[in-house]
Amino acid sequence: MLQIEDLQVKLGEKEVLRHINLEIKTGETHVLFGPNGSGKTSLLMTIMGYPQYKVTKGRIYFNGQDITELPISERAKIGIGMSYQRPPTIKGIKTAHMVEMCAKKECDIKAMAEKLNFTDFLDRDINDGFSGGEIKRSELLQLMAQDPQLLLFDEPESGVDMENMSLVGNTIAKMLEHDLDTSNGRTLKEKKASRRKMGLIITHTGFILDYITADKGLVLYEGELACSTNAIEIFKCINKVGYKECVRCSM
Amino acid sequence: MLDVKAKAKEAKDKKAKFGIDIDLNEFSSETESKEYLEDLNAMPQDDKERIIMAGVDISEKDRAGTFIQEDTDVVHIGLKQEGLELISIKDALDRYDWLQDYYWKMVAPDIDKYTAEVATNLHNGYLIRALPGKKVLFPVQSCLYIKKDRMNQNVHNIVIAEEDSEIHIITGCATSSHVTTGLHIGVTEFYVKKNAKLSYTMIHLWGKDVMVRTRSAGTVDKGGLFLNNYICLSPVKSVQAYPTTYLKGKGATARYYTILAGSPGGEMDIGGRVVLQETDTHAEIISRTITNGGNIAARGDLIGEVPGVKAHLECSGLILNGGTMHAVPELTGKTEGVEMSHEASVGKIAQDEILYLMSRGLSEDEAVSAIVRGFLNVDIPDLPAELKAEIDHAIELSKNGL
Ligand SMILES: Nc1ncnc2c1ncn2[C@@H]1O[C@H](COP(=O)(O)OP(=O)(O)OP(=O)(O)O)[C@@H](O)[C@H]1O
Ligand SMILES: [Mg+2]
Repeated sequence: MLQIEDLQVKLGEKEVLRHINLEIKTGETHVLFGPNGSGKTSLLMTIMGYPQYKVTKGRIYFNGQDITELPISERAKIGIGMSYQRPPTIKGIKTAHMVEMCAKKECDIKAMAEKLNFTDFLDRDINDGFSGGEIKRSELLQLMAQDPQLLLFDEPESGVDMENMSLVGNTIAKMLEHDLDTSNGRTLKEKKASRRKMGLIITHTGFILDYITADKGLVLYEGELACSTNAIEIFKCINKVGYKECVRCSM
Repeated sequence: MLDVKAKAKEAKDKKAKFGIDIDLNEFSSETESKEYLEDLNAMPQDDKERIIMAGVDISEKDRAGTFIQEDTDVVHIGLKQEGLELISIKDALDRYDWLQDYYWKMVAPDIDKYTAEVATNLHNGYLIRALPGKKVLFPVQSCLYIKKDRMNQNVHNIVIAEEDSEIHIITGCATSSHVTTGLHIGVTEFYVKKNAKLSYTMIHLWGKDVMVRTRSAGTVDKGGLFLNNYICLSPVKSVQAYPTTYLKGKGATARYYTILAGSPGGEMDIGGRVVLQETDTHAEIISRTITNGGNIAARGDLIGEVPGVKAHLECSGLILNGGTMHAVPELTGKTEGVEMSHEASVGKIAQDEILYLMSRGLSEDEAVSAIVRGFLNVDIPDLPAELKAEIDHAIELSKNGL
């Protein structure tokens, strides 16, 4: 379980997040909406533990442990992982090697890359010259190898073409144990009950909602969580009246 | 010959343009003579380990030839492929009159006191020659090894790739772990003839108080390719080199790749110059350096003398664990129609790259070392896989110290 209590965060001189209260129960996935610059990426980066996001107030708990002061690599080790909106390029590190480093245990990188239609990129430097959509698949591949319990997705579908959209959507569903695969004999209900993965997904397009059932939708507005209810309803509301009105109606 | 020595004598006190001035009197050429080894496995364990680390394959299995010199003596020559000639330079000078057309013809004996020292007091070195039309596909390996403390080792090498030949050479230079200080002076002259291909990869593994001065130059004829790689990732007191290549024939290409990691108290001053003298010639000089507490100068100089040449220079340096980095890229175009460019950067490891890797579960140290290895790991086209593997191995070994 992820619990955030009255979180306040500064980035440089700017206060990017205020009064954030959030609880993602084990097995739940939440979807985060919000206009550009509202602080969505900042929230994910703060949960991941990026030191430039300074927590000036509040606490973050993960599975009962206070992780507010925990360094980033420790957070990765206890099961928090992120798919980035704009990851850096690292020259000289091949994608295959990067994925290898992400994996805690032996895993078949080639097979994983095949699923994401990404084998041609394994021999290229990580993110070097990757297109927008390719970056998203590269991020998913790394996260898949890392296999964390809490998955933070920062706009995983932006820039992804229609053909790859279902690939990305289904992959995310699978990573979050939201897929409808019952081949191991369990019913969907049993599967849902035993689900341990947690997700927090930032989206502008809402496409991801076609692939997963979100337990909750949230809107971040000017650094504050403005409403929290059914994801599809929020999405409809935003589409209809825009963020500003949508936030007002819920308040 | 007499002329060479006479010229050299005049330069015996002439300081070099770059690098700290070394007092040659602090070193001695006196050493006991070494026994010739039929089998490299008969080498003392300690020496064996050092030369293996410098890239020598003791089994000689996938090597076309092997040349090992300890201090002043050649202790082993193994030759496994026809079409390849590999003998000591002293034997070669006795045997071949024609060698006078190559000996001291690219490098002048009176450049400075170091060339003068080699010209007047030659210990040994090698002649490596690929005969016309012969493709020597396995690498030829050589090692110039300093075993005795306070030794100066004076070496002269000549490498000739005859027309249409291909040859890949790996030279590992190393000192015994007992050596506290020593001086290696190496003169190497390269001749790449029409449509020939030569790759020359040097991996240096010196002691931390060892001094090195190399003086090398070469020419490339029509359609030839010269690939010159220099890797020095272990501590050394002072190393200075500025190899020069003249692209004389149409379509000739020279590419230099330099990978350096400094050490506290150490000085590395490595340059590279390519003179493009004919149309349609190409040159590329790429260096990747990490100060690691040492002082490093990375120099590069491209000179385009005729239209229709293309050349690029790239010096990237990282300052890590202190030290200084001096990047000096120079371009000279002497006519219209040259296309030359350079990029130079001196910086530190980007914090966002470290954090990115840490968010994947790596510790900070692991993240830094992965980025450093990635930085050093330049892709070198046209280099055989065996040699690429030796470079990777050297980078892998060095990461302990970084
Ligand atoms: N280094 C910085 N110093 C000050 N402010 C910054 C810095 N970096 C980002 N910001 C600002 O912080 C705010 C929140 O940015 P954040 O990236 O969290 O937005 P977002 O909700 O993810 O937006 P988008 O939908 O465009 O991705 C923005 O106004 C941004 O300009
Ligand atoms: Mg964002």
